[in-house]
Amino acid sequence: MLVAIVTVLLLGIAILVISAPLRATRSAPEPDGDDELAALGIAREVKYREIRDAELDYRTGKLSQADYETVDATLRSEALSILDRLTELGEQDAD
Amino acid sequence: MAGLGGACLLLALAVCVYGIGASLYGVRRSRPEFSDSGRRAVYALAGILTVAFAVLEIAFLRNDFTFNAVADTSSRTTPGFYRAAAVWSSQEGSLLLWAWLSSLWSSLALFLTRNRMRDVASYATAILLGFAGFFISLMVFYANPFATTRPAPLEGAGLDPLLRFPTMMIHPPMLYSGYTLCTVPFAFGMGALLARRVDAEWIGAVRRFAFAAWFLLGVGILLGARWSYSELGWGGYWGWDAVENASLMPWLTGTAFLHSLMIQEKRGMLKVWNASLVLATGTLAIMGTFLVRSGILNSIHAFGGQTLGVPFVCLIAVMIVGSIYLVVSRRGMLRSEHRLDSLLSRESIFMANNLVLVGLCFVIFWGTYFPLISEALTGHEASVGPPWFDRYTVPLALILVLLSGIGPAIAWRRATFANARRNLLVPALLGLGTVALLLVGGVPGDPGALAMFGCGAFVIGCIGQEFQRGVRARRAMSGEVPPVALLALVRRNRRRYGGYIVHLGIVVLFVGVAASSSFKHSVEPTLSVGQSSKVGAYTVHYVRPTATVSPAQDAAHTGSTLALGAVLDVTKNGRHVATLYPSEGFYASDEPSQGSVGSLIGGQPVSHVAMDAGVTRDVWSAIAPDLETPQLKRIVQIGNKTIPFARPEDALIAVAFLARSYLQHPPPAQFHFIVSPLVMWIWIGGLIVIGGGLIAIWPSGLALRRRARALARAESAQPGAGAEQGLARV
Repeated sequence: MLVAIVTVLLLGIAILVISAPLRATRSAPEPDGDDELAALGIAREVKYREIRDAELDYRTGKLSQADYETVDATLRSEALSILDRLTELGEQDAD
Repeated sequence: MAGLGGACLLLALAVCVYGIGASLYGVRRSRPEFSDSGRRAVYALAGILTVAFAVLEIAFLRNDFTFNAVADTSSRTTPGFYRAAAVWSSQEGSLLLWAWLSSLWSSLALFLTRNRMRDVASYATAILLGFAGFFISLMVFYANPFATTRPAPLEGAGLDPLLRFPTMMIHPPMLYSGYTLCTVPFAFGMGALLARRVDAEWIGAVRRFAFAAWFLLGVGILLGARWSYSELGWGGYWGWDAVENASLMPWLTGTAFLHSLMIQEKRGMLKVWNASLVLATGTLAIMGTFLVRSGILNSIHAFGGQTLGVPFVCLIAVMIVGSIYLVVSRRGMLRSEHRLDSLLSRESIFMANNLVLVGLCFVIFWGTYFPLISEALTGHEASVGPPWFDRYTVPLALILVLLSGIGPAIAWRRATFANARRNLLVPALLGLGTVALLLVGGVPGDPGALAMFGCGAFVIGCIGQEFQRGVRARRAMSGEVPPVALLALVRRNRRRYGGYIVHLGIVVLFVGVAASSSFKHSVEPTLSVGQSSKVGAYTVHYVRPTATVSPAQDAAHTGSTLALGAVLDVTKNGRHVATLYPSEGFYASDEPSQGSVGSLIGGQPVSHVAMDAGVTRDVWSAIAPDLETPQLKRIVQIGNKTIPFARPEDALIAVAFLARSYLQHPPPAQFHFIVSPLVMWIWIGGLIVIGGGLIAIWPSGLALRRRARALARAESAQPGAGAEQGLARV
C-alpha cells in the first residue's frame, strides 16, 4: 500500500514538474538576434582574454616588441569588429 | 521496497520516452514550451532515479537478502561501510549508478544552459535522455536491480574481498562520473551539428563539462592505480588491463579536446577536429562502460556477464555511424575561419600535442581490442601484453612530456626563433644537465627512463621559468611582494597557470612511473621463520607468523574469517628501517561442498599488502601463506566431518584451532618483496594534477562574465562610444 502511495506521489510530482511549461502562458518568442548576441558576447569575452594573454606573453618574454604590437593591433581590431556588431544589434533591438 | 524501486524504473523509462519526444517536437516545430518540458523531464528523471538509488542503498545497508543484488554481492559479515559501496559492485547496481549519475550531470548541464542555445540544448536533451533510457531499459529488461527471491536466503555471498578497500568506495563513482560527464559534451556536440550551430558558443558551453569529465576520470584512474598497488598482490599500479585502458582512452581524447578547443575559441580553427574529438570521447566513454559490463574481454575489473554485449554494441554502432554522418554532412560549415599564422606558435604545439594524444589513444585502442580483432580475423584469440604497450607508448609519452614544456614557453599566434631559443635554452640545459648528472652518478642506463628524467627536468625548468617571469612582470606593474604577486598572477590567469600546474603534475607522475618501473627490485622468496631475503639494498627478515580469527578481529577491517601473516623486520646495512605486517585474508565461500569449516575460509584469498612508503622509495611486501600443509588440511577435514553446518560457532573454533596450529608450527610462506624508487611521486604528481585542475576549473569565468556584463551595460549606456572605451578597459 505504502509503495503504491509513494509511486503515485512520485508520478504526480513528475507530471507537475514536466508539464509546468505547457501549462504556463506562452511567452513571446525570443528575438531573432538573440543567438547572434549570445555568440558575440562569448566571442568578446574570448577576445578580451586573448588580448590579456598576448600582453602576458609579451611581458614574460615570449613575444618581441614588434610581434606584440602586430598581434595586439590585430586582436584589438578583431575585438572592435565584435563590439561594433554588438552595438549594431543593440541599436536594432532598441528600434 | 523492491516494488517501489521497480516502479521508479518504469516511471523513469516513461519519463525518458516522453522527454525525448517533447524535446524533438519542441525543436523541430519551434515550440519552446515543449523543449522546456523535455528539459524538465531530465530534472524529474534525476529525482526518480535518486529515489530508486536510495531504495537499493537502503536494501544493502539493511541486509535485505530478498533483493537478488544484495544476496549476490553483500553479506552480514561485510563491514557496513563496504556494504554501502557494494551497490555498484553488482552489475545491476552499477547500471543504476550510471543512469543516476548521468541524470544528475545532465540536469546540471541543462540547468546551466537553460537560457542559451535553445535548439542545441533541445537536441542535447533528447540525446542525454536517450543514454539514460538505454541504461534504464537494460535494467528493466536484462538486469533488474530490484529483482527479488522469496524466501530470502539467510546469508549473502558477500562483497568480492578485492573490493573491500577504502578507495574502492569512491573509485567507481568517480570513474562513472567521468564517463557520464563525457556524454554531456557528446550530446551538445551532436546537438550543435544537428542544429547547424557550430560556432564557439557550444564549445564555451561544454568546456566546463569536458573539463569536469577529464578531472573526475583522472581522479578515478588514479584511485584505481592506488587500489591496484596497495591491494592487489602483484605490486604494480598499471597493468595495461583492458578496463584500465578503457578508462584511459576517453581521458586522452578529452585531454586533446581541452587543448584544441582553445584554438577554436581563439581562432575559429579545428572545428572538424574538435567535433570529432568530442564525439569520439563520448563514444569511448560508452565503450569503457561496455568493457566493464559486457565481460567481453578478460579483466580483473570485468564484473558483467555476456548478456549486455548485444545492446551495447548496437548503441556504440549508432553513436559511431551517427557521429561520422553528422561530421561529414556538416563539413561545409565546419571550415576553419583562419589559418595558422606561424608554424612556431602555441597553436601548432597544441596541434602536435593533439596528434600525439590521439596516437596514444589509437595504440591503446589497438592493443586493448586486439583479442577481438584477432579472433574476428583468424578465429583464435591472441592478446598483447605490457611490453607491446611499452614499446609504443613510451616514445609517445616522451614526446608528449617535451611538448608540455615547449607549449607554455611559446606565444600564441606567432613566435620568433630568437624568442623560442631564449625561452627554451635554460630548461634545455637543465634537462641535459640532469641526464649528464645521472650518468656520471652511476644511475643504470635505461635509455627510456633517462630520457624521461631529462624531459622532466626540461619541463620543470620551462614551467618554473614561466612562473618566475610572470611574477616578475606582475611585480613590475604592481610593486607587490613575490608571494602576493604569485597569488595575484594565478588568480587573474587561472586557466593558464592552473594548466601549467597540471603539466607539472603530469611530469612528476611520469618521472615516478619511469623510476619505479625501470629501477625496481623484486624477489619472491619462500621463507621459514628466522630466514631473510635480500631485495635491492634491503634485507627482509621473517620474524614470526601472525594470525587473527573472525571477521570482527580482522586488522584490515575487510571481514575476513581468517588472516594469516608475518612480522617482517626490514634493515639496510644492518640498521633497522621498518617493521612490516603483511597478511592474507581468507573469506567465507558460498560453496557447501567445502564443508562446515572449509567453507568459512574457502573463498577467494586476498593479500593485505604492507609497505614502508617514503619520498625516495617504497619497500612493499605481500605474503601467500601455505594452508595446504597436511597438518592444516587434516584440521579442516576433521572439522568438516564432526561439525554440522548448523553450528557455525563451533566451525569458527575449528578455524581458531587451525590458526593456533599455524602459529605453533608455521610452514614456509611465499613472499613478494619489492623496492621501488619514487613511487610516492606518482601519487604526489596526481595530487598536483588535481590541484592544478581545480585552479583551472575554478570559476574565473564568473568574474569574466561579470566584467563582460558590466562592459555591456556601460556600452549600452553610451551608444556609439562603447566599443573603443570597452577595449580600453581590457
